Amino acid sequence: MMNYILQLIKKTWVMAEMEVRKLLHDPTELITRAIQPILWLGIFGEALSKIRAIPTEGFSYLQFITPGILTQSITFVSIFYGLAIIWERDMGLLQKVLVTPTPRLALVWGKMISAGVRGLSQAIIIYIFTLVLQIHLRITLLSTVGVVFITMLGASFFTGLSMIIASIVKTRERFMGIGQIITLPLFFASNAIYPISIMPSWLQAIATINPLTYMVNGLRALLVTGNVSRLPFDIAILIIATFGISFISAYMYPKVVV
Amino acid sequence: MNEIIIKVDNLSKNFGQVQAVKNISFEVKQSEIFAFLGPNGAGKTTTIRMLITLLLPSSGDATINGYSLIHHPAEVRKVIGYVPQMISVDGSLTVRENLMLMAHLYDVSYRECNERIKETLAFLDLEEYAGSLVRTLSGGMIRKLEVGQAMLHHPHLLFLDEPTTGLDPIAKRHIWEHLMELRDSFGTTIFFSTHNMDEAEDACDKVAIMDAGEIAAIGAISELKEKTNKKDATLEDAFIFFTGNELQANGNFREIKRTRLIHHRLG
Repeated sequence: MMNYILQLIKKTWVMAEMEVRKLLHDPTELITRAIQPILWLGIFGEALSKIRAIPTEGFSYLQFITPGILTQSITFVSIFYGLAIIWERDMGLLQKVLVTPTPRLALVWGKMISAGVRGLSQAIIIYIFTLVLQIHLRITLLSTVGVVFITMLGASFFTGLSMIIASIVKTRERFMGIGQIITLPLFFASNAIYPISIMPSWLQAIATINPLTYMVNGLRALLVTGNVSRLPFDIAILIIATFGISFISAYMYPKVVV
Repeated sequence: MNEIIIKVDNLSKNFGQVQAVKNISFEVKQSEIFAFLGPNGAGKTTTIRMLITLLLPSSGDATINGYSLIHHPAEVRKVIGYVPQMISVDGSLTVRENLMLMAHLYDVSYRECNERIKETLAFLDLEEYAGSLVRTLSGGMIRKLEVGQAMLHHPHLLFLDEPTTGLDPIAKRHIWEHLMELRDSFGTTIFFSTHNMDEAEDACDKVAIMDAGEIAAIGAISELKEKTNKKDATLEDAFIFFTGNELQANGNFREIKRTRLIHHRLG
C-alpha cells in the first residue's frame, strides 16, 4: 500500500511536471485563452454594470462577476482537456503511457494539476485586468492562498469531468459538441453572473448541485465579500466532488483507447 | 536463451458481434525476433494490445515472462516496452524530456536516469538533438526516439506495432540496425507486427501469418517457404499458400486513416 502511495505521488508529479514544461515551451495558449475572460469583463461586465438590473449584494456588478468570470475561464480551460486526451490517444502517446507501470490515478491527477496550473495563469491575467479596469478586489495573502486552492480544485474537477466525457465519446468531433453543450449550461446555471436568488426555482435546484456554484461562492467570498463563513462548506463540496470524479475518471480513462 | 517469454493460450477478443482475434495460441522464445505478418484488419494490433495489457482478452490468457495478462498486468507492464504504430512521442517536449518522462514512468531511479538517457541518446545517435523539440525532428529520428523511450528501462520484451510505417528505406534500415543491436546487446526479445514482406523476411527469426483473426501458419521463414512445395518460394508465396489470399492493404476506414496520418506526420 505504502509503495502504491509513493508511486502515485511520484508519477503524479512527473505527469504534471511534463505538462507544465509543455506550457513553458509554448505559452501562447495562455495568452489566447485570456482573451475570452477579458471580453466578458470588459464588454459584458461594463455594459451590465451600467444597467444596475441585477442585485449584487452591495458590490459593483464588475466586482460581483469577476469571480464568476475567473471560474468560467478555468472551467473552459479544463473542460477541453478531454480533447487533449483524445488527441493523445490518436497520436499513440496515451497507449504508450497506459502500458507503463503507472497507477491510472496518477495519470488523472497529473492532468488535473496541470489544468490547475493553467487555471492559475488565467487567475493572474484576470487579476491584472481588474487592476486596469479599477475593479476593487480583496487581495491579501490569505485570499490569494484560498484562490490558488479553489482554482486548483475547480480546474481538477472539470478536468476529471472532461476525461470521463472523452472516454465515453471517443472522437474529437463528438467531444467538441458535448463540450459546448456542457460548458455553457454549467456557467449559466450557476451564480457566476447573477445571484441564485433571482433564478426560477427549477434553475435554483440545478445551481445547487452545480460544482461551479461552490467554486464561485468560494472565490467571491475571498475576493469580494470577505464573508468566509460558508467557505469551509464550499471547499468541502469541491474536495469531495474532485476526489470522487478523479476515481471515476481513473476507472474510465483507459477505455478511451478501446 | 531458449526460455519461453511469451506463451499465448487460446486468446480471443470480441468487439460486439465481431471476433477480431479467434482462439490463437503460440509461443515466443527469449531473444527471438518474432513477426506478426498480415494485412490491415487481420487482428495483429488487437493481439499486441492484449499482450501489452491495453485490452482485456474476451477469453483465453497469455503469460509474459511468466506473468498472466489477466491476473498480473502490473507485473507484465514492468518487463515490456512498447512502440505503437502511431507517432507516440510528444512534439511539444524536447528529446531529453520525452526520454525523461518514460524513464520516470518505468521507475528508472532518479540516480540512474541521467546515465540511462545519455546511454540511449548515444545508442541511437541522437545526442546532438537532445535539447530539440521533437516536432522539429525528421520521421526517422522520431521513430528512433520512440525505440529509445521503450528501451530505457532495459525491458525483456519489446513490442513494436508496424514500426517502419511511413519511413523511407534508409530510415527503415537504420531502425532495424538499432533493433538488431538492441537484441544483440541486451538479449531483448522483439515482437513486431508488419504487413511488409521484405521487412519480415530480412529481420525475423520466426513469423506468424495472421489472417482474419486467426494464425494461418507459424514457424521459421525457411520452414514456411518449404511447405509451399514451390522452388524458390518467397514469403509472399507462403502467405498465399497458407491464407489463399494475397497480402494487400485491407482494413477499415479507421485503419486506413491512421496509416495515412502516420505517413503525413512522418513526412
